[in-house]
Amino acid sequence: MLILTCPCCGQTGEETEFHAGGEAHLKRYGPGSSDIEFEGYMFMRENPKGVHFERWRHVYGCGKWFHAARCTMTLEVFGTYPAQTLSPPQELRDKISEKRPGWSWRDFA
Amino acid sequence: MSTRLATGGRLLNTDIPVSFTFNGKTLKGYAGDTLASALLANDQMLVGRSFKYHRPRGIVASGVEEPNALVNLGTEGTFEPNQRATTTELFDGLRATSQNHWPSLEFDVGAINAKLSRFMPAGFYYKMFIHPRPLWKHVYEPFIRQAAGLGQAPKARDADRYEHFYAFCDVLVVGGGIAGLTAAKAAAASGAEVILLEQTAHWGGRAPVDGGHVDGAPVDKVVDELVSELSDMSNVTLRLRTMGAGVYDHGYVLGYERLRDHAPAQDGPRHRLWRIRARHTITATGALERPLSFAGNDIPGVMLASAVRDYVVDYGVSVGDRTVVVTNNDDAYRSALALKQAGLDVPVILDARVPAFDSPLIEQAKAAGIRILMGHGVAKVLGGKRVTGVAVCAQAGEGAVLEEIACDAVAMSGGWSPVVHLWSHCGGKLHWDNDFAMFRPDVDKAPTGADGSPFVSPAGSANGHFGLAEIIGDAHAKGRSAAQAAGFASSKRNAPDGESVTEAPMAPVWLMPQGAGIALRSKAWLDYQNDVKVSDVQLAAQEGFESVEHAKRYTTLGMATDQGKLSNINGLAILSDALDQPIPQTGTTTFRPPYTPISMGAIAGEASRELFQPIRRTPLHDWHTANGADFEPVGQWQRPYAYVRSGESVHDAVMRETKNVRDNLGLLDASTLGKIVVKGPDAGRFLDMLYTNMMSTLKPGKCRYGLMCGENGFLIDDGVVARIDEDTFLCHTTTGGAENIHGHMEEWLQTEWWDWKVYVANVTEQYAQIAVVGPNARAALEALGGMDVSKEALGFMEWADGTLGGFDARVYRISFSGELSYEIAVKASEGQAFWDALLVVGETLGVMPYGTEALHILRAEKGFIMIGDETDGTVIPQDLGLHWALSKKKEDYLGKRAHLRSHMADPTRWQLVGLETTDGSTLPDGAYAVAEGHNDNGQRNVQGRVTSTYHSPNLNKGIAMGLVLNGPDRMGEMLEFPGTDGKIYAARIVNPVFYDPEGDKQNV
Repeated sequence: MLILTCPCCGQTGEETEFHAGGEAHLKRYGPGSSDIEFEGYMFMRENPKGVHFERWRHVYGCGKWFHAARCTMTLEVFGTYPAQTLSPPQELRDKISEKRPGWSWRDFA
Repeated sequence: MSTRLATGGRLLNTDIPVSFTFNGKTLKGYAGDTLASALLANDQMLVGRSFKYHRPRGIVASGVEEPNALVNLGTEGTFEPNQRATTTELFDGLRATSQNHWPSLEFDVGAINAKLSRFMPAGFYYKMFIHPRPLWKHVYEPFIRQAAGLGQAPKARDADRYEHFYAFCDVLVVGGGIAGLTAAKAAAASGAEVILLEQTAHWGGRAPVDGGHVDGAPVDKVVDELVSELSDMSNVTLRLRTMGAGVYDHGYVLGYERLRDHAPAQDGPRHRLWRIRARHTITATGALERPLSFAGNDIPGVMLASAVRDYVVDYGVSVGDRTVVVTNNDDAYRSALALKQAGLDVPVILDARVPAFDSPLIEQAKAAGIRILMGHGVAKVLGGKRVTGVAVCAQAGEGAVLEEIACDAVAMSGGWSPVVHLWSHCGGKLHWDNDFAMFRPDVDKAPTGADGSPFVSPAGSANGHFGLAEIIGDAHAKGRSAAQAAGFASSKRNAPDGESVTEAPMAPVWLMPQGAGIALRSKAWLDYQNDVKVSDVQLAAQEGFESVEHAKRYTTLGMATDQGKLSNINGLAILSDALDQPIPQTGTTTFRPPYTPISMGAIAGEASRELFQPIRRTPLHDWHTANGADFEPVGQWQRPYAYVRSGESVHDAVMRETKNVRDNLGLLDASTLGKIVVKGPDAGRFLDMLYTNMMSTLKPGKCRYGLMCGENGFLIDDGVVARIDEDTFLCHTTTGGAENIHGHMEEWLQTEWWDWKVYVANVTEQYAQIAVVGPNARAALEALGGMDVSKEALGFMEWADGTLGGFDARVYRISFSGELSYEIAVKASEGQAFWDALLVVGETLGVMPYGTEALHILRAEKGFIMIGDETDGTVIPQDLGLHWALSKKKEDYLGKRAHLRSHMADPTRWQLVGLETTDGSTLPDGAYAVAEGHNDNGQRNVQGRVTSTYHSPNLNKGIAMGLVLNGPDRMGEMLEFPGTDGKIYAARIVNPVFYDPEGDKQNV
């Protein structure tokens, strides 16, 4: 059972306090988008072995959504950051590079 | 025979005799006995029958690894099957019965299976019962189900209670043997918070039985001192009878404490589940002895050598007068010596090895006058329900009998396997140790935690160390490094000086004798509980089940309640041999928690009965209860289904209430409906995205019914939205949907449109909301007095704030029944008083409260959909004829893009219609309308299904709604609905609005 730290309220809690919300940094495609774009937005996911970026909500705490960078193999948590962003903070990306040199995830590396 | 010795019994208190029963027979034991030791003291070696062949089974072990001695314990509310006699502490009045036999333990009809064992090899069930197909369902399966399962399921409700306990520590030590105690002390010396768990009732593990010295003092005294020192430390928590059940991600460990199993008369919970978060965990879980695979190794009287030693030393019990010891290592010599010391006979030690030198233990055995045959083993054990002797052979040969030696017990040792379960649960890796023929933790590949660093360390024999010096040195180092990993400066103290005895190397022996033929191999048991023999594993390999995980499932090796604690290593060694590959290449099966079975009660903890889940009650709940409410759960709410009067059935009540709403006046507790305030300059824009229809154009003072879809286009909720002022909306949701819809709103606001200026708040519980419904509704409110509720002042789909009967109220003129209807929200704290006031003014107006079933019938009469009945997560608004609620003006809303996908726009989707039987009967709920032909599975094709169905007392006939292929274009057509009762129901497709289609009744 994972331990996560909510970047919004600063509390560290265990998984039962949070709710997982799937992959992070999805771009929304609405009316006017092609079938391929909409399919990609709705259904296509990375499912990586290794570095991954996910959405979580501190549902039994402050209620805020945030993002977590995590290793799906070892379950190591590299860091968490607020959801109001389009990309992981550079500082966190550097930290992941130290631990997992050469990592990449979608367009991030 | 097995018996109690006059002396000995380290753990016994012979001053306290204890009486218990086994299969109804009253037997005597002492305080300190386990059920197993007491049974042996009473010469009750035969304790059960095996699963498949019903072979007689005796006690094999002295601890958690016991595969055979499983009994039913207790009666009625304390009855529990499959309890291990070896870990059951004896208490006065204990009642045990044996399992898996009929009609009796001594004489079992099922034992005929043993005679047929040649015809029941590995995979027997798969091979035998597959043809002919119909026989499986009607003959084989019922028979196998009858015979399957060990023990009986309890019938009475569990009379005990259980609890969860949360604990946090720096260092958790699992195992209170000499290694665990040493590690705990080394960790605690640094100041770290330490928890030490021991699964048995005693500290010290095997050390006091095996003996030896630490810093010159006898090890049992050292154990006592360590326990007393640790007890005095405020940063150390010690718990006996508490097993480390499982190690999980990020330092989460479950402990299983058995508080009252040994003392049922005490008060308090029976079991306690410890939910521990530890910065670092040390697994000092010891090692388990392996059996040897020789013919007849399952005959009662054949035991692990260490268990024979335990029974003599700990409980003063002799398992036999003459015990043959058979071994491949030095440790079994300790058992031989212990027996000798107790005055018992050891006719021979059969040692499969030919050691290069006489180790001190071999010398001692020789000095004690014990005959030793090196390079020899057991060809087969003689006897049926009890050992009568052994046939001796050379280990190197094929089993030619050299001599027969009479004995009544056999003590066997195939070497030791570290208990690596907890190390492995969370991903700790193993490597193969050739010297000891065992898997041991690969300490460089430990489970890692949230920060990526190792959080489990193995210590002592769990780490593959067996000499006292090595065990203590390892445990001390692990205790220090664990404290360091948890952030404490480790103490400088040196490890105590344990004394190890030089032992001759063990030799791996996976089959005895080495060249045993099929006759012997098919009597050499690996898994005692599930009846898996050496020959079965070899057959599995021959038939292509080469992966250890496949071979396990095909043969059922290690799948019994003991999870292969004795059998796994021996089994995979046989498999490796059959596949002609080294053991590490075969690998192990996965170690999964819990280490031994834990009670379902402990897992549930307090969450049973009234505490099973939180119950939500409305402000009117007590009134409902006092007035005959038959409650139904809706989400976590308790809602009255109907108010049953004396002499009425629930159905009668529903009919009466439904009719009364249309004829007079009904009151509904609608407080559970979700109420979410959406506020801010962008509130209208936000709701335009959430609802399929336009909300931003709604004028303050007005209400509008809205639909919500998810981004994938399917309906998720509906309800009436009221605009309170320019910046504020109040959104009603379904009862079960309030929290989810609130979360849905938060998600979009926080993660997609975070720059929009909107707040949302779930105010559901702030209000009591009461629906006043029926032709007399206005008269009732006018009788209360206060605000103007006339048609002119408060039109349909309008709302107003004001007072009614002196109560501050917000009145919505909305209707879910098609009647003149007001939904009135007052402060939650005033809900009961307002309800009472309505009942008083309603007395002359024919008032009756009505429940959720009447609500359902009323809305169905009007063809109104219900989220969860007409929708199931695959239904879109277009399916329900709700095209009018899909805004064409809005560029975007959640679900709009999805509705353009080909499957959503498909004209052959099932659509909403009304359904009416020809004879006025009621259609079965969920029934499918059949179509011509059959599908690929041979089932009838279908063309629709019933989504809501009721008897309408107002129309005096059955009415239903359903989704039907091209339904709206097929008005008047007949459909057939086969019911689960075997009848076929015929129904006509009709308009779903059954009652007052013009809507005259609500527009008054």
